[in-house]
Amino acid sequence: MMIDQPTAAYTLGEMEQKAACCVPSPILQVRDLAVYYGNNAVLADVSLDIHKGCITALIGPSGCGKTSFLSTLNRLTDYHPGVQVRGQILFDGHNLRQESVDTLALRRRIGMIFQRPNPFPLSIRRNLDLPLKEHGVRDPHLRKRKIKQALKDVGLWDEVCDRLDSSALSLSGGQQQRLCIARALVLEPEILLMDEPCSALDPISSRVVEELIMRLRGRYTLVIVTHNLAQARRVANYVGFFWMRERVGKLIEFGQCRQLFEAPTDALTAAYVSGAQG
Amino acid sequence: MIDRVFSTVVFAAAALVVAALVWVLTDVVSEGAARISWAFLVTEPRDAGRAGGIAPVLVSTLWVLVIALAAALPLGLGVAIWLSEFAPKQRGFAAYTGITLDVLAGIPSIVYGLFGNAFFSVYMGLGYSLLAGGLTLACMILPVFIRTCESGLRQVSDDWRQGAWALGMTRAAAVCHVLLPAARPAILAGLVLGIGRATAETAALLFTSGYVDRMPESPLDSGRVLAVHIFDLSMNVTGGDGAAYGSALVLIVLIVLLNGLAQSLVDNWFKRRISQ
Ligand SMILES: Nc1ncnc2c1ncn2[C@@H]1O[C@H](COP(=O)(O)OP(=O)(O)OP(=O)(O)O)[C@@H](O)[C@H]1O
Ligand SMILES: [Mg+2]
Repeated sequence: MMIDQPTAAYTLGEMEQKAACCVPSPILQVRDLAVYYGNNAVLADVSLDIHKGCITALIGPSGCGKTSFLSTLNRLTDYHPGVQVRGQILFDGHNLRQESVDTLALRRRIGMIFQRPNPFPLSIRRNLDLPLKEHGVRDPHLRKRKIKQALKDVGLWDEVCDRLDSSALSLSGGQQQRLCIARALVLEPEILLMDEPCSALDPISSRVVEELIMRLRGRYTLVIVTHNLAQARRVANYVGFFWMRERVGKLIEFGQCRQLFEAPTDALTAAYVSGAQG
Repeated sequence: MIDRVFSTVVFAAAALVVAALVWVLTDVVSEGAARISWAFLVTEPRDAGRAGGIAPVLVSTLWVLVIALAAALPLGLGVAIWLSEFAPKQRGFAAYTGITLDVLAGIPSIVYGLFGNAFFSVYMGLGYSLLAGGLTLACMILPVFIRTCESGLRQVSDDWRQGAWALGMTRAAAVCHVLLPAARPAILAGLVLGIGRATAETAALLFTSGYVDRMPESPLDSGRVLAVHIFDLSMNVTGGDGAAYGSALVLIVLIVLLNGLAQSLVDNWFKRRISQ
């Protein structure tokens, strides 16, 4: 059966009630960040704090640089030709934009999930085994245990435990996305960046993934880009609103979820969240 | 009405091609089958090839092929990976490399033969030898092999690249463990093209591996490959037609077998990387 069952068994324990705000303790501090493609600035003057264990949602219209912003946080922009990043990103107090930073180790600590599920065209097991091996986990038993745990964490274990050796591409879209989340979790990251993780999924799968995201709160720090305002409102502790000003993406407002949706300080934000614009 | 005429015309074209192929095949099989026996495969040729078998010719053919593939495969994959993964914009040196490859792919094989003779046989002092022949063939099949693998790699979805990088995998690991397995069909197609071209080559080998029909003792000996054998029998040896047909049939069967072998080897190798 290819439909995701929302009743999947999770091992993360009881779902946490959404805290209006968790204890603010910044794990990422972004200061005056700007991103250029060639000579075009796509993002400028972004400063915000990502708090440990919380879900931070980033909303805003298409093309205002949300994906670019996420890619600077794990330095995936290093691989994009012609991109320039300015500003500071402090991760646990150290600027992760320094040349000397080990980007491979950094990306182990800061995982990323993409809009389109992108499991490798390999077996389900190998999808999780490969990153572990690449990060030097030699012991096959340990890898096996971690793989099982990660699959359980995303509620996929019961669905795939009898076909770990079949292709990951044979899974449904929602299962594939959860496999990608498992693939990131298997490396035990501290932060997960999610770029519109539900927007390529059908409503039921989307719901399952959203529920999973909420279960990950607390154990991981999540930054999630979403076009779905209702979703942002449901899951987020903090919300950042991006908007284009003179063809450059800016962070217009950043604050606690309830405050940003119910009492936005900026008129643009108010218009956007009430659905009048964008 | 127009559609009917059109479909008849294109069907006729297809039928013509198939008919030509069937005609060649039946000719070779009917004339050659009579010559083929175990003895034909394992004995030395006698009387300039009119009698006896083709054992040394088969051995030389395999030597040349193995040398050509051993040289072309790693080199070709390397260039393809560089072009598609590290120079994707095709500017500067990469653009020149691409143009060079396209020109090289169109050069007639006799020119490769002359080059191979001048470079490998004379300049590098390999003389007329299977090694010189194999390396010449490697040069000849490289352009097409590289271009096929390169376009296969380029077609691999960018999502997988991003995914691999985002997991903290090195670019090398992303290529080896994700992109190459994903580009498997293209690599196989390149390999099959290369094997076909290398096994059937005559002109480039006349000047490089030679046409001595003795059993080669090492890759530094000269030797006669099947295609050269067929050429010699049918052009220079009166009464050699029968043996030529027999050799031609062996050549065709050999190519089919090698392609099957290549397919299963590649599939097996990748299967291990895909699931293990
Ligand atoms: N590799 C690239 N080269 C050049 N320009 C780029 C590149 N990637 C993105 N851009 C430009 O940067 C701007 C911001 O893109 P980005 O993908 O970050 O926006 P986004 O907010 O994620 O949009 P969406 O909601 O549609 O995903 C866009 O104008 C886009 O055209
Ligand atoms: Mg985006």
